[in-house]
This record gives sequence, structure tokens and C-alpha cells, in this order.
Amino acid sequence: MLTNFLIGAIALGVVLLYGCLGETLMEKAGQLNLGIPGIMCMGTAGGCFGAAQYMNGLAAAEDAAWLPLILISICFSILFSVLTGLIYAFLTVTLRCNQNITGLAITTFGTGLSQFIMDPVYVPRDRFGAASALFAKGFVNDPDANGVLRIFFSHGVFVYLAIALAVLFAYVLKRTRLGLHLSAVGESPAVADAVGINVTAYKYGAILIGSAVAGFGGLFYTMDYLKGSWENASTIEAFGWLAIALVIFTLWRPNLSIFGSILFGALLIAAFVLGGSSSQKELLKLLPYVITVLVLVFTSIRNKKENQPPAHLGLNYFREER
Amino acid sequence: MEQNKEPVSAPKQHRGLPFHIIKRVNIPIWKKITIYAVAIVGGLLLSSLICAGLAGKNPLDYFTYLFKGAFGTERKIWLMLLDAALLLGASMALIPAFKMRFWNLGGNGQMLVACLSAYSLSYFLGDKVPEWLLILLMFACSILSGIVWSLIPALFKAFFNTNETLFTLMMNYIATGIVLYCRASWITSGSAQFPTLTKGTLPEIYNNMLPTVAIFVLLTLFMFVYLKYSKHGYEISVVGESVNTAKYIGINVKKVIIRTMILSGAIAGLVGFILIARTGPGLSSDTPNNMGFTAIMTSWLANFSPLLLFLSCFFISFITRGMSQVQQGFGLTNNSIISIVTGLIYFCVIACSFFINYKIVFRKKEGK
Repeated sequence: MLTNFLIGAIALGVVLLYGCLGETLMEKAGQLNLGIPGIMCMGTAGGCFGAAQYMNGLAAAEDAAWLPLILISICFSILFSVLTGLIYAFLTVTLRCNQNITGLAITTFGTGLSQFIMDPVYVPRDRFGAASALFAKGFVNDPDANGVLRIFFSHGVFVYLAIALAVLFAYVLKRTRLGLHLSAVGESPAVADAVGINVTAYKYGAILIGSAVAGFGGLFYTMDYLKGSWENASTIEAFGWLAIALVIFTLWRPNLSIFGSILFGALLIAAFVLGGSSSQKELLKLLPYVITVLVLVFTSIRNKKENQPPAHLGLNYFREER
Repeated sequence: MEQNKEPVSAPKQHRGLPFHIIKRVNIPIWKKITIYAVAIVGGLLLSSLICAGLAGKNPLDYFTYLFKGAFGTERKIWLMLLDAALLLGASMALIPAFKMRFWNLGGNGQMLVACLSAYSLSYFLGDKVPEWLLILLMFACSILSGIVWSLIPALFKAFFNTNETLFTLMMNYIATGIVLYCRASWITSGSAQFPTLTKGTLPEIYNNMLPTVAIFVLLTLFMFVYLKYSKHGYEISVVGESVNTAKYIGINVKKVIIRTMILSGAIAGLVGFILIARTGPGLSSDTPNNMGFTAIMTSWLANFSPLLLFLSCFFISFITRGMSQVQQGFGLTNNSIISIVTGLIYFCVIACSFFINYKIVFRKKEGK
């Protein structure tokens, strides 16, 4: 049971990890994007659309191959989430509109549009059983294998991709010139501009890459975790909000995000594993939100200098206003 | 080196763009109205094309249906006014907080806990106390619980500067969870719904919608006066402009945050009470109908001014009511078309704030 609990926690954690990584990147560039829930939904819709196109282009569902399926889903997912991110980037960076409001509008629009696209007319899901089996294919697929092996090697490709991306982001942000420039843009765009960093380009880059990464979260959740089923966008929306909270919880550090998200995943899944009466389950489902609140309070009380958000978070930069 | 002494001319920094952007200092009101009108009409045109394109119908029919859905019959007009009034209430719960730059995303949660406490009183005390006392209790408890739900993040914001955006957002989910918990523990029959009750219903006056509309219109006027002419309103706007200025002129910022959020929570509680007590009490986890989020948009569209709020709330309920008719008329079965269209209109109006705050100046060609 512990093995299954950990496997589930890692899987749900990865959904949050994608959202968290995307948001971390944007926040590093000073963009507080409350549109992450909408972008995650759009990434899901795009990926599922791509997967449906591929699966229905085949003669039989059994002909599906792993690599083309994953690649096509990834490409469509990126396309959809980047386009949604582009609306946000254009409105907030180029037109300098209010970031909170724009983000909320993106969430309204993204959840609505993804729900629309996921209609069986556009995304027929009759072959998603076979597709999700490929998504979920790990290195160790035998359910009777050694527990430790299963915890680490039984996941679908998106779990490893998430962890690889987290490590990569942590390295880039902390150790490369690119990452330092990005932090400079988030901390003080005027100074960054003065030393010749192209603020607009960095902001756009961070938003678009962040959107692409966040979109994978929803795709992974629907195709791998839920085995290709779709009810409505509201679950993924809730994950999106938790992912934004997770950014604060993990102090804008992608390497901490890996552990933070798995912890959140464990809290989310606790209700299903621990069991109990239906009312007790409802109480357990509250845990992640309550813990998030406690973490918010705790980090604000400690108030350490290196744990603070980027100084220019949520503020738009207009060169002539320095 | 001596040759490079000529001063760097500003336009050259713009990498050859034929224009540059400057900030507007002030903008005449007619220009502002024109910009908003263009944005709204543009958004409507865009959505008419999308809806008509999806349905394969004439885009002009979109507008016919839109107006029919909102103004078609007297009842439809009243329903739209009722929506607008409730939205006014929800926005009123957010505006004072937004004015002091407190990003209260917790409207949904505050309304929902108010709904829950009103409903639970009717559920447990419905047969035990007289109707007038029950309604009074429901009223008091709704407002009290709305206040509690907004006071928790406010206290932490005031004393520890805890991020209120996420705190209030999480409070929404906690409120939803508590409602689901109550459902699971009270309703043992395994039904997924709270029963609809009859005890604790406000007496029906006129068409049962007029009183609600009247209450929130009056409340909006009160809020206008409160924010514009009272000392409290002045303190709120100073805190919103600059916390340091507020401290410097001797305003107790903590007190202002807490007091304003109590007011916010009380209004959200009132909305919750009316949602439950206007018709027979019934409850679900989305009784507030996501008004907490819609109200953020309406408040922002109204530039946080209570008077403009009449326009923005009316407009949003017009779109929502009208769109359901469009959807029916065009035979679009997918419900999410409403949020897509609303989202698109939001984008247009958000984008137009750029033209209100900034001005694009085209550069004259050099050497002429």
C-alpha cells in the first residue's frame, strides 16, 4: 500500500510540478501569472487534440507507436499553451495591462476554451485507452515487481521529463548568465535595461517557455493519471491554483519544487489512500489548501531576505517612467 | 573618441520603430468613453463572428438573440437586473479592498460560508424557532461568517504581510471543502444534494426580485459616499496609493486593512444571505456561481468606482443572459461557449486600458 501511495503521490505531484515550474520562470521575470490554471487546461486540450488526431489517423488503435504519439501530443500541447501564454504576454508586457486581471481573464478563457475543445466532436476519445497506456508506459511495468523499483521506474515519460526540467531550470537560474539576467529583469527591470539586457525579450521568453511547461501538467494528468478520461476543466483549474501557491512554498527554487510538489501530491492523495467515511475523506481533501495557508503564514512570519519574491513581481515596466 | 561626442538621440534607442509610446497625463472623458466603446463593440463583433462561424449562421442574428435573451420579456429583464444586482453586491464586497491594493480573490469563499451558515440554521432550526427569528438569525450569522472568512487573511496581511492573493484564494477552496464535508456528514441517505427547504424564506414582495435589486442599488450608493466623502474612504485610498505615505501622515495601516476587510466580509455575507433566503433555501458548493471572480472583473472594469459599477455589472449580466439565448438560438450545445466569449470581451477591454494609459506617437521622418 505504501508503494502505491508513493507512486500516486509522485504522479499527482508532477502535475503540480509542471505548473509550478512554469510559474516560477515567469515570476522570476517579474510576471505574476494568475492565468496558469487556464494555460494548464489549454495544454491539456492541445495535447489531447494532438493525441486524438494521431490515434484516429491509424487503421487500428493497436498500431499506435510510443514516440510519434508522445511527440505529436507534446507539439500540440506546446502550440495551444504557448498561444494562450502569448495573449498574456502581449497584454501585460507590450500593452502593460494589469497582470492580475489579465491572468484571471486568461483563466476564464482557457478553462472555457479547453472545455469546448474537449467536446467529443473535436477530440474523440474512443481510442484514448490505448493512447494512455502508451503515455503511462514506464521502465518497470510489472505490478508484482520490487516496490522500490516501481516507485522510481514505473512512471510514464512525463514524470521523468518534469524532474529533468526542474533540474535544468534550477541549474539555468542559479548558474548561468541567462538565469542571472532573468533574475535581474524580475528584481529591477530598469537596472537590467540600463546594462543592456532586453527586458521585453526576457519577459516574453520566460512567459512562453513557462506556458509550454505548465501545459504539460494538465496533459500528463489527463492522459497518464486519469487514463485518458475527461470530466471538466475544474480539477485542472484547482491544480493550477495549487501550483501557484507551490511557487511560494518552494521559495522560487525549482530544485525545491520537486520535493514540494511530491509532498503536495501525497496530501492530495491521502484522502483516497487513508479511506474512512465519506465525510472524513472530504476533510482530508482540505489538507493541501490548509497546509498552503500555513506555509504562506509561516514564510511571511519568518520573513528572511533570500526567501522573498522578486522585487518587481506583478509590476509592469515602462522605460520612460524610470 | 572625440568624433563620437554627438549626443545620443532618444528615438534611435527604439531600433527603428516608426513610433514610440508615451504615458498620458490625463485623458478627456469623451476619449475614454470612445476607447471603451470601441473595445466593447470590437469584442462583441469578434464573438458574433466566432459564434456564427461555429453554428454556420448569420452573425447579425447573434445580436438579435443577444438582445432577445436580455430584454426579450419583462421577466427576462428582471432576471438580468437580479443578476446585475447580486453581482453589484459581490463587487461591492471587493471594491474597498481593491482600493487599498488588497487583492481579495476570496469573494466566492466568503459568500459560500455565509450561504452555508444561513442554510444550516434553516436546516437545523427550521422547525424549532419562529420564522421571523430564524430569518434574523440567518441574517446575523451569514454576515458574521462572511466577516470571519475575510478577517482571517486580513489579520495575517496586517500583522505579517502574508500574501493575500493566494491566502484568500485558498480560503475559497477551504470553504468549498467545508460545504462538501457538511453534505457528506449531514445527508446520510447518500444523496449528492442538500434538500431544498421552505423555512427561512424572505417574504415575497412584488416579483421577489425588486427588493434584492433595491438593496444592492442602495448599498452601491452608500459605498460611493463612503469611499468618496468619508474619512475611512480617504484612508483607504491613501493606503492604496502608498503604505509609506499613509504611515507618515499617521494612518494606522493595520487598522485600515482590518476594518475594510470586515466591511468586505459583511457585504459578501449579505450577498450569501440573500442567495439563500430569497427563494427557498437550497445549497451546493457553487451557489455563489463564481460571482467572486466575475466581480473582480466588473470592479476592475469600473475602475473601482461604485457608480461605474452599475454599468459594468449590468453589461456582464447582459452578456451572460444574452449569450444563453444566442447559444439556444444557434443550437450550440457546448456550454463553455459563454466563458470563451466573456473571456474574449475581457481581453478586448483589458487591451483598451493600454490606449487609455498610453499614447502612441508617430515620429516625423528625419530630414523633412
